[in-house]
Order: sequence, then C-alpha cells, then structure tokens
Amino acid sequence: MIDLDETDFAILRALSDDAAQGAGAIGRSCGLSQPAAWRRIRRLREAGVIRGHQLRLNSDALGFGVTVFLGVKLATKGRVSLEDFERAVSAIPEVQTVEHVLGLYDYRLRVVARDLPDFERVLRRRIMTLPGAGEVEANVLLTEERRMGPLGGPLG
Amino acid sequence: MLDDIDRRILRQWQAEPTLAPAELAERARVSTGQLARRQAKLREAGLVTGVRAVIDWAALGYAVEVSLRITLDKTQARAFDDFIEAAREVPEVIEIQTFLGRVDIRLSVIARDMPHYQHLYRSRILTLPHIADIEALMHVARIKSDEGLPL
Repeated sequence: MIDLDETDFAILRALSDDAAQGAGAIGRSCGLSQPAAWRRIRRLREAGVIRGHQLRLNSDALGFGVTVFLGVKLATKGRVSLEDFERAVSAIPEVQTVEHVLGLYDYRLRVVARDLPDFERVLRRRIMTLPGAGEVEANVLLTEERRMGPLGGPLG
Repeated sequence: MLDDIDRRILRQWQAEPTLAPAELAERARVSTGQLARRQAKLREAGLVTGVRAVIDWAALGYAVEVSLRITLDKTQARAFDDFIEAAREVPEVIEIQTFLGRVDIRLSVIARDMPHYQHLYRSRILTLPHIADIEALMHVARIKSDEGLPL
C-alpha cells in the first residue's frame, strides 16, 4: 500500500475537484514546483489511487431532475446467474451505478430519470423485467453531499 | 437547449473524460474546432462543470465500505440538521444523502478493516444524534460506476 503525506492529500483533493488542471497549477496550489507536482501525480496514478475520471454534469440543467436509489433483492438465487443480472442491469442507460451488497438487498442501483413518470417507466419496463429481480425498494434522492473522507473536507 | 451534435459530444465525452480533443472530435464526428466551440458553450452554460478524478479508497488502504441506511427520530424538529452536522465531523464518512422514502439518510462509511469499522460504528456512528433505526449494507463489488446520463 502506498504511503501518503499531507501534500499528496492536497494533490488528491485538487484532482478530485478538477482533474483537467496541469501539474503546474496543482503545484502552485500545493506549494510545489511543476516537476515535483508532476512526479507526485505520476506516483499516485501508478499506485492506482485514482480509479478513473468522471465528467461533472449538471443533471438538473440537462433535464434529469430525479435520482432514485433502488435496493433490489434477487428472487431466484441459484437459478439465475449473478452475471446475467449484472450484465442486464448494467446495460440500462438510466442505471448509473450498480453495487453488489450484502445485507437486506443484493444490489443497490442509482437510477436517473427526467421526472417521476419517466422513473416509473424505467422501473416497470426495465428494472422489474430484469432476469431474477425480486423485491425492489425505492428511495428518492433529495440532497447529496460527497466528502473527501480521510483526505479532509467536502468534495466540490 | 441541446441539439444532436451536443448530445453526441456529451455521450463520447462522458464515456472517456480524459480523451485527447482530436480523438474525442473523431468519435463525436465533429471537427476539432467545432468540438472546442461546443465544449466552451457547454461549460459556459454550466451544463458541464469539469472533470473529477475518482479516488480508489481500497488503494489507500480502506478495504471496507459500508452503506448505512438511517431512519431519524422525526419528532425532533432539528433531527436532519443536527445529524448531518455531526456526520460531517466523522472523517470516514464519504457520502451523505437524504431521501424521500423508507430511509431518511444514507451514509457511506469507509474503514481500514472490520475491527476498524466496528470501532467506528460504536464510537462515531451510533453516537450520532436522533437515530431511530439503522441498517447496514456491506459493499461487495462495484459493477458499474460511470454515473453517466442517458443523453
């Protein structure tokens, strides 16, 4: 496991906010020269600390006003393969994230829709018809706050 | 509002946010000049606010991720505010979401291992104010996580 100091934390916070900025800009915000910042960023990438990149979209302004989290229980465990369910659910464009979980539900889905009727359409036509889908619980997202966790502070 | 060209660009852009402009332009079937103008317009309109790096907490030594579904004691007028304020003080909390439904609040909590999680749960989570009920979902695997929009 990679050993990180406060400067690495500051770099990760900067990249989580805006990954498009260059090593020069990041160095300036963390008190490093451009080459020193570049070396640290490369080390963080090589250690796999950055899992990927995400385009930050304003979903409300793009017409997607509703986000719903679904807890899904598989109805026929053993008969339907998890891979089949995972493949089918991941192919639904409105499903943004799929997590396999242990507990009350088997899967946790984040679903985006234009409005509640649009969500109902996705739920009835696409989610309920998934191979093996059983009980489904829906919770409509009201607010969301992502945090930098142990790196400190809120995430933009 | 968006036209087909914007949507084509956004679809390809969100699929691979770090793609070089020339490659992105080719995939979206536009010229690089057109791409730059459209991207600037999308940014100015506030539809695209940037590109974020996504941190792999497991690579930082946080092997455990738990989703805590919390019901609050709503007889307390300040239940939500008090709870959220206190949850922000816990460094291992990486997401705070509020809901309309059976669950009031959900926290994503990361921990180094199960003993660390058990310690956090007892000393930092159960001590948060106005909890009426709490359920845990243990994270096993992330199957899809792009968070793209169906444009």
